[in-house]
Amino acid sequence: MQEEKVFTNRETVITDSVAQNITKVEELSYELMVKDVMASNIRVVEPEMTMAVVMELFRKHRISGVPVVVDGNLNGIISLEDLIRCLQKGDLQSRVKSYMSSNVITINSYDPVVKALEMFEKSHVGRFAVLDTEGKLTGIITKGDVTRGLLRALHTRFQEEEIRRYRASHLFEDIISDRTSLILRYYTKPHDIMKGGQASSNIKRALLRLGADPQLARRCGIAIYEAEINLIIHATDVGYIRVEIEPHQITMKVNDNGPGIENVEQALKPGYSTASEEVREMGFGAGMGLPNIKRCVDKMTIDSTPGKGTHLELKIFVKKDTAKSKQEE
Amino acid sequence: MILREIIHLASGKMLTDVEDLDIEVKGGYTADLMSDVLASIQPDAILLTGLCNPQVVRTAQMADIRAVIFAGGKQPTSDAIDLANEEKLPLISSPYGLYELSGRLFQSGLPSLKKI
Repeated sequence: MQEEKVFTNRETVITDSVAQNITKVEELSYELMVKDVMASNIRVVEPEMTMAVVMELFRKHRISGVPVVVDGNLNGIISLEDLIRCLQKGDLQSRVKSYMSSNVITINSYDPVVKALEMFEKSHVGRFAVLDTEGKLTGIITKGDVTRGLLRALHTRFQEEEIRRYRASHLFEDIISDRTSLILRYYTKPHDIMKGGQASSNIKRALLRLGADPQLARRCGIAIYEAEINLIIHATDVGYIRVEIEPHQITMKVNDNGPGIENVEQALKPGYSTASEEVREMGFGAGMGLPNIKRCVDKMTIDSTPGKGTHLELKIFVKKDTAKSKQEE
Repeated sequence: MILREIIHLASGKMLTDVEDLDIEVKGGYTADLMSDVLASIQPDAILLTGLCNPQVVRTAQMADIRAVIFAGGKQPTSDAIDLANEEKLPLISSPYGLYELSGRLFQSGLPSLKKI
């Protein structure tokens, strides 16, 4: 039974990028309102006009439907199909009111676009009249308007994203100083193991956004994650993580005010741990933290005084082209 | 190997709302100790584990893990599932125990992604 579930979608080939765009379009269809995509500069006819006028209007402006209006109030709608019916009978001199459909489907200008899509699906009608909050006709919406509106919004959003990413990755080139650095600060609560990793997660994301090599971001992420977990497990008070990002190096400082490490040399030995059973249940406390950190960074300094606190400083050097030179061993 | 195929081999059930099951996974790694994972997993692996808390998701994120299978029909905590949905990490539950699950995937050609 489970297999069937998994394989039901196999026939549809959906690539990563397509899947991403689908969800984005779906999101947009909830965000955008009918008034954002509708045609607002519309032409209207009156019930007493002749069908010949309608034909001329359609031909001249290449449109396929117009609302029929009396004093700004919606009376009906007349479409290309109505015109064809009229032409078949050779009846161009008759009035609009005898061919229009007066049963017009309307939608409010402040409705989300997704509502229009649902209505198109259900009604099989090509266009809806759009009413404003006072119930007056304010526009017309067709499937084409929806598609165009969504594409336009997607395009704008894509450009905004590109600009944001560009700005982040060029931060260091655009700002000129003798030495530029970006400092990120995070505070951790003692023993809040469930939240452990939030700071590390944000640090890794920031590095990737700034254009760091993924391998480098991974090394920083793993090192700072182990350190963050240590901070949460062992510190008796608020812990402090400070990451200084510079084009040539990343310096991560992890500080707490106690209890401090009794024997630093012992703490560095793989397998040595003072962690509680609760911590071990979370998959940590196997005495691999500090050795793991050391393996991921280029330089590790640990300064700890029992009763006072621990200061851990980690450095990772960014070498151009050889950013991958120090792989994790 | 494609994630979809791995889920099939594991008789797995999706626990998150990830739509894209055509992610390429380079290999597998089995552990209950997150420090072991952080120490020696290579990027783009699938993690097989019996540990069921949010730290599994964080570890996956730090170590560039593509998906996680919980063995023995275990269900991760709802915090873990929420976090995974946020981070778009597929979580799968398999009825097989860790040993059998690892064996099945390895035998079907999914290599070990432990660093040597």
